[in-house]
Amino acid sequence: MKYETIIIGGGLSGLLSGISLAERGHKVAIISAGQSALHFSSGSFELFDSAENPLQGIASLSEEHPYRKIGLEAVEHYADAVKDIFARAGVKCSGDKNRNHYRITPIGMIKSAWLTLDDYATFDSAEELPWRRVALVNFEGYIDFYPKFLESCFAKRGVDCETFTLTLKEFEHLRESATEMRATNIARVMTGDILSKIAQELKGRIGDAEALFMPAVFGMFDDEAVTTLRSMVRVPLYFIPTMPASVPGVRTQIQLKNYFQKLGGVYLLGDNVTEGVMEGGRLKSILTANHGDMEFEADNFVLATGSFFSHGIIASQEHIYEPIFGLDVAADAHRSEWYNQDLYAHQPYMGYGVTTDEQLRCKIGGESVANLYAVGSVLASQNAIVEGTGGGVAITTALYVADKIINA
Amino acid sequence: MLQTIKNHYDVIVIGGGATGAGTARDCAMRGLKTLLVERKDFTAGATGRNHGLLHSGARYAVTDQESASECISENMILRRISRHCVEETGGLFITLPEDDLSYQAKFVESCQKAGISAEILDPKEAIRMEPSVNPDIIGAVRVPDGAVDPFRLTTANIVDARLHGADIITYNEVVGFVRNQNRIEGVNLRHIKNGTESTYYADVVINACGIWGAHVAELAGVRINMFPAKGALLIFGHRVNSVVINRCRKPADADILVPGDTISLIGTTSSRIPYEDIDKNEVTPEEVDVLLREGSRLAPVLANTRILRAYSGVRPLVAADNDPSGRSISRGIVCLDHAERDGLEGFITITGGKLMTYRLMAEWATDMACRKLGSKAQCLTAKTPLPGSESTAENPKRKHIIELSTEQKAAEGRHGTMSRYIPSHNANDDALVCECEQVSVGEINYAIDNLHVHNLINLRRRTRMGMGTCQGELCACRAAGLLGKAYGCADRTLNDLASFLGERWKGMYPIAWGETLVENQFTSWLYNGVCGINQMVGKKDVTPNKD
Repeated sequence: MKYETIIIGGGLSGLLSGISLAERGHKVAIISAGQSALHFSSGSFELFDSAENPLQGIASLSEEHPYRKIGLEAVEHYADAVKDIFARAGVKCSGDKNRNHYRITPIGMIKSAWLTLDDYATFDSAEELPWRRVALVNFEGYIDFYPKFLESCFAKRGVDCETFTLTLKEFEHLRESATEMRATNIARVMTGDILSKIAQELKGRIGDAEALFMPAVFGMFDDEAVTTLRSMVRVPLYFIPTMPASVPGVRTQIQLKNYFQKLGGVYLLGDNVTEGVMEGGRLKSILTANHGDMEFEADNFVLATGSFFSHGIIASQEHIYEPIFGLDVAADAHRSEWYNQDLYAHQPYMGYGVTTDEQLRCKIGGESVANLYAVGSVLASQNAIVEGTGGGVAITTALYVADKIINA
Repeated sequence: MLQTIKNHYDVIVIGGGATGAGTARDCAMRGLKTLLVERKDFTAGATGRNHGLLHSGARYAVTDQESASECISENMILRRISRHCVEETGGLFITLPEDDLSYQAKFVESCQKAGISAEILDPKEAIRMEPSVNPDIIGAVRVPDGAVDPFRLTTANIVDARLHGADIITYNEVVGFVRNQNRIEGVNLRHIKNGTESTYYADVVINACGIWGAHVAELAGVRINMFPAKGALLIFGHRVNSVVINRCRKPADADILVPGDTISLIGTTSSRIPYEDIDKNEVTPEEVDVLLREGSRLAPVLANTRILRAYSGVRPLVAADNDPSGRSISRGIVCLDHAERDGLEGFITITGGKLMTYRLMAEWATDMACRKLGSKAQCLTAKTPLPGSESTAENPKRKHIIELSTEQKAAEGRHGTMSRYIPSHNANDDALVCECEQVSVGEINYAIDNLHVHNLINLRRRTRMGMGTCQGELCACRAAGLLGKAYGCADRTLNDLASFLGERWKGMYPIAWGETLVENQFTSWLYNGVCGINQMVGKKDVTPNKD
């Protein structure tokens, strides 16, 4: 099978590279092993979390950082470009690359972000909230939503908060099994009549609340449930992210995947790339677990396999390696250097990943592979958690590499 | 004055490990007005940091006949009185090609002398009995080893002590003694979190603090020469073996593999550490490598089995009084009457020994206390079942075991007959908090209400919540939600959640490769990235890794 570009990995960066190429008529295939970090995401993307102005923060990063490799101008350019791509794919979000906004986390912390899905409330200050009185709504039997923590978040900022719990008989079936009351299972039930019923229940209880907050358990495949419910409630209705899996995260992944397929892209789900065939400094083809010795050939390849979590990088008892091609990785030699004993300190392993040249091309034995690019969290020298750069790096490197391939 | 009377006891027991809990139970059952004080949580010391092996005594048969006899006798008692804490797995002592097979004959003879049944098996039969065992074995002996859950065992003793009228105080450290000339008359406590000080009086104070006993004795003005010996262990992600596997040779590193509940444990190493390091509980990469290498000789599959956690405990080895160098160290029970030994009235130290002999240690210490108090009450602990292990007829649920859900069966496994008190009235009670270990909302609430739970670590020790494959990744937050509801203070609970995750990591970083590293990256993304729990760190009260 022959494509112009094959992308290994179907998470945020793989999908965005694929979409950017497919929008310009490229013949692209994405090979995805399954779940990606998007399924567990908050629904907010960070460009650079630890500074009020993200772009200024980026300038302070080391030269090895993926942002610095593609350059500040490229970061700025693609940070704008992605908003249009999201819009075309139906992913509704907003944010400003020059100024972070704030959001409420599942446990009632306030965190900054660059882009946030429209499901959530965003505001300009971590200390002051734009409401005086709000109501929290949970569903009987749902234990991945924490009203006590959220109430405390509101109370600390002088916002009156009333919590109530809705009991829905539509959940009775789910609740027969002790593990079914999880976000994605609930979202499957949240369609049609049940939405009107919830709206009806809410009507009498909103009182003088200026905004309503509910767990983000609406709209798994598209945002219709969110829009419908909002249209039936007279005050602004916002959602609070839940513990995984994240319904808005899953939805974002599905929307991007659907858009990619609509553009003619081929999305192979549930397959694993096992090895590559190299030829004269180029990657000629790859083999997958499901297709045996049938080779997938392409002019260009994009490695979007993610970090340890997605097995894009693997740690054995002895060393850190990239499992498909044995690419060069940046990592400390000895196991005792991989971690910090304090969970909340900088963890060195978070910065491990594949090393690349300036064009984000991967290396083997110090030599660049001419047609194999790396994007997203598989890249070395970033720390998504400490810097708050995970989403931004995935987005900007993905679009950067797509342009490199188009212009090559 | 009133305050003094209220604070007066016959006996104060210091230490919430198995020995302290067992002593408090024994004292209370003999009608003594008893108070137990513990610096942290029950089982926070060596009690919660060992193999959980129900020793047959065979391991000590060749080197220490006295310990071996004590073990087999206590082994049979624990099977009766703590049925719900014990698993009768049986044990094997295997000989590998590199071991000396002639040791086996001496081993079997010594076992028989100590009253331990030891049956030589054909290696093929041993492999049939325990398929995970190294197939290269050239010899095998079957002994009555088993597994014992030290958390359950201690909790059951605490519950029974309380049922017999004992008072229990946790998170209070003994910072000094009330001393009247040559007599100890009470203890001064300080709350380890908020610093509140208090004083309690007693006619007899029993020091049951394991390795920390040397420090406590020093506060009372007497010296006990202890040698801390650290042992490191690894927990594997599933139950590799169903029979305890030991190496039939002189005791050495990593030569016991014990199945316990849903997991298997390999251990231990043994190294002397300075006394000031007894709270560190660190496991080095070298120790992990030794445990894996030697463990794989017992059961080769360990080399490719996921490791969940590494941890270590400190054995309280006591030097004989006439040997300050520590060359003659006893692993046996040490029960000191400080009146006789040091001329200090009202003070007893019970130490040495091992988890297996906790009840006997408690009996000796209580006998001594009774003599001092002039009580003739007899010890009944060898015959009276612990709460949870009473005869099955008393538990109505037990008759309908087929109708129980998985989580109800899991809860009964954990709490025995006490599981009848776990609320299971509706879907709210039955919802699962911890999916790995099948812990329901009802069980969490039962533990919060009845088992001295102040934080998530306590909750883990009482229920196994967060002890499974994901190491508390998702259940910690759910359990924190329930604790938050019970305590009504969000910040305290979130602080606690941050500490809990920090504590989980402590057992994970020594083995931070493969799926453990994957799990930690996910935890960091989720709790720091998505939830922002790291904002709680550095604020007052967050003291990760301290308990």
